[in-house]
Amino acid sequence: MANPFKATGNTFKGMGVTLKNIFHKPLTVQYPEHMRKLPPRERGRHVLHRYENGLERCIACMLCSGTCPADAIYIEPEENDPTQPVSFGERHARVFQIDILRCIFCGYCQAACPTGAITLESNNLLVSYTREKMLYNKEDLIEPKGTATRGAALAWEATPPPEARALIPDFQGLFDGWRTTAAAVGKGDLVPEASGQVDTPKPLRKQASLIPPGQAVPKSLPGQREEE
Amino acid sequence: MSWTDFLQFAIKAFILTAVLLGAFAYMTLFERKVIARMQNRYGPNRVGPFGTLQPIADGVKLVFKEHIVPKKAQRPLYDIAPMLSLIVAITAYAVIPLGPASLEIFGAKFWVADINIGILFILSISSLAVYGITLGGWSSGNKYSLMGAIRSTAQIISYELSLGLSLLGVIILASSLRMNDIVESQKTVWFVFLQVPAFIIYCIGAVAEVNRAPFDLPEAEQELVAGYHTEYGGMRFAMYFAAEYINMVTVSSIATTMFLGGWQPPLWFLPVELGPLWFVLKVLLFLFGFVWLRATLPRLKYDRLMQVGWKWLLPLAVLNLVITSIVVALVS
Repeated sequence: MANPFKATGNTFKGMGVTLKNIFHKPLTVQYPEHMRKLPPRERGRHVLHRYENGLERCIACMLCSGTCPADAIYIEPEENDPTQPVSFGERHARVFQIDILRCIFCGYCQAACPTGAITLESNNLLVSYTREKMLYNKEDLIEPKGTATRGAALAWEATPPPEARALIPDFQGLFDGWRTTAAAVGKGDLVPEASGQVDTPKPLRKQASLIPPGQAVPKSLPGQREEE
Repeated sequence: MSWTDFLQFAIKAFILTAVLLGAFAYMTLFERKVIARMQNRYGPNRVGPFGTLQPIADGVKLVFKEHIVPKKAQRPLYDIAPMLSLIVAITAYAVIPLGPASLEIFGAKFWVADINIGILFILSISSLAVYGITLGGWSSGNKYSLMGAIRSTAQIISYELSLGLSLLGVIILASSLRMNDIVESQKTVWFVFLQVPAFIIYCIGAVAEVNRAPFDLPEAEQELVAGYHTEYGGMRFAMYFAAEYINMVTVSSIATTMFLGGWQPPLWFLPVELGPLWFVLKVLLFLFGFVWLRATLPRLKYDRLMQVGWKWLLPLAVLNLVITSIVVALVS
């Protein structure tokens, strides 16, 4: 059985921790008087954007509703009237409805959109007492006439910062299968035992340039009879 | 006994019951807030200022709950068991003195009854507590409730032995079973300083008696749904819940009476006339200790629980009794 004195001592140590915590300030954020500070790229309610000249960006290509994992987007396209185009293309969305109860705010629609029409912005206070009010239609989502923001689409179109691209710093990007140690991918400094060489790669097969053209003779394959 | 005495008893009993039930209600709030603070969060603070109306909201909710009774339940026992638990929990308070004999309010003393076998009465009444649990588990018609009830009963009767033996040490020092005599004989020094092992054994046994953490396996939510009160809903569950918390208050009161000097003031120069205040403060200290234990310690496995009760507490309590008796016999 365990040492009872040590057990008692540990018990009292634990009780000291809880007692100390009474005097620490609680970490709770008292909603709704105080709101939590959320990161800038946090995904909230969707916004449909426009171009500078007032045309809608959405061309009803159905990529967003196709990629939506929760099947939350419903689109009915309609042909653009050439004299009074709604969007810059052949068609626009007549009905663009997002069921905000189905939406999981993953941002796949934002990633899939080719024109940067739909983005997820930071409004996350989306509550209602009825299900009907939680079907957001185009007029709820489209930004007003005259505004032409890009929102989070800029994050998708920009090139990633340098530190995001080189995930494994020493990795050359070429894998020929001869080094499979931790050192090869930049982790640890173990040297493989079987190699005498750490620096020069050992080719798996003769490189094609060493064999003169026309003289490459294949070995006989198993089952093939040798030609006499 | 004249009818005025009887009336006095009745009124005091009524007031005591009301006070204890109010204490139970606010004990739940106290526990929730203290445990929350120990876990770096606020407790209930929305219902009323600092959550003070939370117990009332909980009470109203429990009263309005649907009475779901399982078909296999044996109705008469099923209805009586929680009432039995609650009655027993409150009755043990009848002999606990809350104030000195010199203090009277409207001509009545600060206790309900002053019988000369006070502590024996309390031990017998708390032995009846197992009936409420066992009958509740049996009459629910649910095998898991029965298992929980049996575990709880075994735990309670095991720790009652150590409890009684530890209190015997105090009784030998006070040489009386009457609660008032025990409190009076702590005028010079409280028994907690003279009977340290007995105090520790009593505290551990008290936590086990009340089925509180870390000895709360019989009502462990994760193992037995809710043990013996699984099939009870609404007000019946509230009665069991009240019985548990009032038991907590009762064992704390017994501990203060026997070890911490009851209504005696903590420092000699403080007025004795504020007796009930000192009593309440000491009981609050114990209640805080209960909550602190619950917030800190993990649950003891049932076989270890029984091992602690029989292999450690009981021999130590007997040893304490023997040593106390020898010392008292030698000194006097």
